[in-house]
Amino acid sequence: MITPFIIKALDKKASWVVAILVAIAIFVPIANLALPRDSFFHIPNYAISLMGKYTCYALLALALDLVWGYCGILSLGHGAFFALGGYAMGMYLMRQIGTRGVYGDPVLPDFMVFLNWKELPWFWHGFDMFWFAAIMILFVPGLLAFVFGWFAFRSRVTGVYLSIITQAMTYALLLAFFRNEMGFGGNNGLTDFKDILGFDIQADTTRAALFAASCIALAISFLICSGIVRSKFGKVLVAVRDAESRSRFFGYRVENVKLFVFVVSAMMAGVAGALYVPQVGIINPGEFAPANSIEVVVWTAVGGRGTLVGPIIGAVLVNVGKTFFTAAFPEFWLFALGALFVGVTLFLPKGIVGSVSGLYGRATKPRDEHPNLHSAAKEAAAE
Amino acid sequence: MLKPFRFLVFLLLLPLLALPAAAQSDPRDLINELSQGKLRQRIAQVEAIAATGNSDVVPALQALKDGDLYFKKSDKTVYITRKSGRDLALLDPITGEEIEVVASGAVEKIKVNNSLRRLIDKAVGGLTLMSKDPSVRISAAETIFESGDPESLELLDEAIAAEQDPTVRKKMDLARAAVILNTDASDETKIEAVDLVAENGGRNVLNLLKGVTFNASPAVAEAANKAVEQIERTLVLWDYGQTIWYGVSLGSVLLLAAIGLAVTFGVMGVINMAHGEMVMLGAYTTFVVQEIIRNSFPELFNYSLLIALPLAFAVSGGCGLILERGVIRFLYGRPLETLLATWGVSLILQQGVRTIFGPTNKEVGNPDWMSGAYEIGGLVITANRLWIVVFSLFVFAALFVVLKKTPFGLQMRAVTQNRKMASSMGIRTPWVDAFTFALGSGIAGIAGVALSQISNVSPNLGQSYIIDSFMVVVFGGVGNLWGTLIGAMTLGVANKFLEPFAGAVLAKILILVFIILFIQKRPRGLFALKGRAVEA
Repeated sequence: MITPFIIKALDKKASWVVAILVAIAIFVPIANLALPRDSFFHIPNYAISLMGKYTCYALLALALDLVWGYCGILSLGHGAFFALGGYAMGMYLMRQIGTRGVYGDPVLPDFMVFLNWKELPWFWHGFDMFWFAAIMILFVPGLLAFVFGWFAFRSRVTGVYLSIITQAMTYALLLAFFRNEMGFGGNNGLTDFKDILGFDIQADTTRAALFAASCIALAISFLICSGIVRSKFGKVLVAVRDAESRSRFFGYRVENVKLFVFVVSAMMAGVAGALYVPQVGIINPGEFAPANSIEVVVWTAVGGRGTLVGPIIGAVLVNVGKTFFTAAFPEFWLFALGALFVGVTLFLPKGIVGSVSGLYGRATKPRDEHPNLHSAAKEAAAE
Repeated sequence: MLKPFRFLVFLLLLPLLALPAAAQSDPRDLINELSQGKLRQRIAQVEAIAATGNSDVVPALQALKDGDLYFKKSDKTVYITRKSGRDLALLDPITGEEIEVVASGAVEKIKVNNSLRRLIDKAVGGLTLMSKDPSVRISAAETIFESGDPESLELLDEAIAAEQDPTVRKKMDLARAAVILNTDASDETKIEAVDLVAENGGRNVLNLLKGVTFNASPAVAEAANKAVEQIERTLVLWDYGQTIWYGVSLGSVLLLAAIGLAVTFGVMGVINMAHGEMVMLGAYTTFVVQEIIRNSFPELFNYSLLIALPLAFAVSGGCGLILERGVIRFLYGRPLETLLATWGVSLILQQGVRTIFGPTNKEVGNPDWMSGAYEIGGLVITANRLWIVVFSLFVFAALFVVLKKTPFGLQMRAVTQNRKMASSMGIRTPWVDAFTFALGSGIAGIAGVALSQISNVSPNLGQSYIIDSFMVVVFGGVGNLWGTLIGAMTLGVANKFLEPFAGAVLAKILILVFIILFIQKRPRGLFALKGRAVEA
């Protein structure tokens, strides 16, 4: 069962992507740690943490692409799953601080001591063990996606309505996590981490390892996505995207298809968040901001939705641009981002990858946005 | 050791000072005497002034209390002073006319202490009861009601006997009842007083009556208890009323923010994420209009909002028209792409405004007719909230008329119901789309004018309303104005009712969760369009 899945997933293009990711995971840390500082190929430390960040963003964009590009679910709340994964990791890292916190309490994190809490809230138990945190990183976003998707897909909330309520979901979580009473550090979030799995979180080797782990996670997720997309199930997925009612009339359980892919995607987003937190050293409620989730959508759109490779490229490109612009012309960045949103939707509806492969005439993607879908959507607009 | 001695001296001095004071008829001389003597003689002086029973001395006493009463060092005459640059303007203590301006070194302040201030309050309370101005008499009665000082009973009786105005008299009766409760009158009188006070009701009465329940004889206490219960019951009702009012007020804000969206989203199916920025542009238009008025035509300030309204409509509507012609029309039938593109536009507008006006909050002033508050029974209604409620209903009604009674509205509804058929009948659907979008954006602009009165005008203004307005439209049902009205009011009132139990943030979260669940139950909102167009 597993082997054919992997074989199918590893078609020519996917093999290339995975190979490149693995190569990056191996050679970039070597270039950072082993090569002398003055070597041309040496990669400085700050670049490692930046690249690690981009990799996590790429994973998040990939997760979004799976639901949006292949199943037509435009989630404006994927940042919520990302942040939940991040919080799960952050809780583990907080528990690892132990007596090294400012107040030196062996069990309670600093902010709880500060708020005069006497004992650990129930949902913080277990997070001192990595395996438990690792499960939670997958479980919590997955559970939220399951509950949310269960209700939403069953009652056939689709299109913009779904987008708006996913946005409401992440907005509600944003407000909730800002509250001190929630027990997640309120406004300040979780920060001041010391070590992960016994390794100093600031050390160069740890950072390089985290980067490598992010790349591997991205490669594995890519494999999973690729496998899903190329399987029979993937064909149903595309069918649901293009003509939901028709697929339902054919006898497919549309809501289950959507639910499955939504949960998988949420878990991937959770992993991305979990890898993101130790690399940037903080997680706070700002990650739930609806604007963040929408930005993820533009990464995916820039790279090309429904291509799997596209969102990875898009996320990296847009974020490199962001890093450059916010340093060089801070005023200019929002103009650029706004123009990117408008320009991509107007002139590059298939994104970079879609357009480029369209130029080469390779039929990797359906040529048009499906004429039937088009007229159906028009009618939806007319209503 | 010294204190009793001082007191004794004071007692001895008191008749000496009071007697000649009473003999004098002109209060001006009494006031001038304040420049003589030490602080401890001043009590007698103030009492002497108060004993004239002439309400003309009230300004001087008030000034003494506020530390604005000075005397000239040269001739020891007393004046009320007012700051005039670095110098002091001297005003006549009785008439308040400005006499001269002197350097602050030429005069000396007449000192007061707290016990003196209390005495002055009481004296002024008595004097103002006889004032010619009814509003002054009312406030005097209210002061006595608050203090409940038994000594003012005599004064009050006199005042009540002389009083002609029934409303003032009612206040005085109330004050008298409060005073009686503090004296050792008979139980019957007291119970009568309790009844009188209770009849008047209100929150301030409650404390007084609660005090009575502890200190009075059983019969009086029982009467007071009953009264307290009854008042508390009515107060709870008023509280509900107040909460509903707050909810309606919040609902009207939501309505204003959402109603334009109801047009663009409801009629055209276009998700306009830049809608909040249209609101923001309206608010900034108000700011610019006010700046121009402040600098060039200050006398027009009270009309600034009226001037801003059409301008804001034009600015936001114009932006909407450009947005529709330039971006959105290429994306019809692709609602998700429209969402992204308009989000991009919203980022550009935000950053544009931030670049031009700076990131800080801008001050938008309230015209006179929008400040102040009204009290209706137990309700406190601030003028600006009241105007916003009225305004939002007016906008709603106007939009309703446009949609139902004008040819343009007819075309719009035709396009909403069946685009292809409308097009076949010769309606130019692209132009209907463009002007519908402009209309929706323009309404957002005038919403911005109203919202500039109650929230911070900053580049992020739109962001804070966009999610709420989407919730209103989705909850109320797309394509139905009544749905938007009812949706906005329901969410506003529900939010305000949840707030006392859950806190503001949690209330908002609960509302969001409720809407998410509600959409599952009724995916098309409260008032869904029925018919063939629904399932595409």
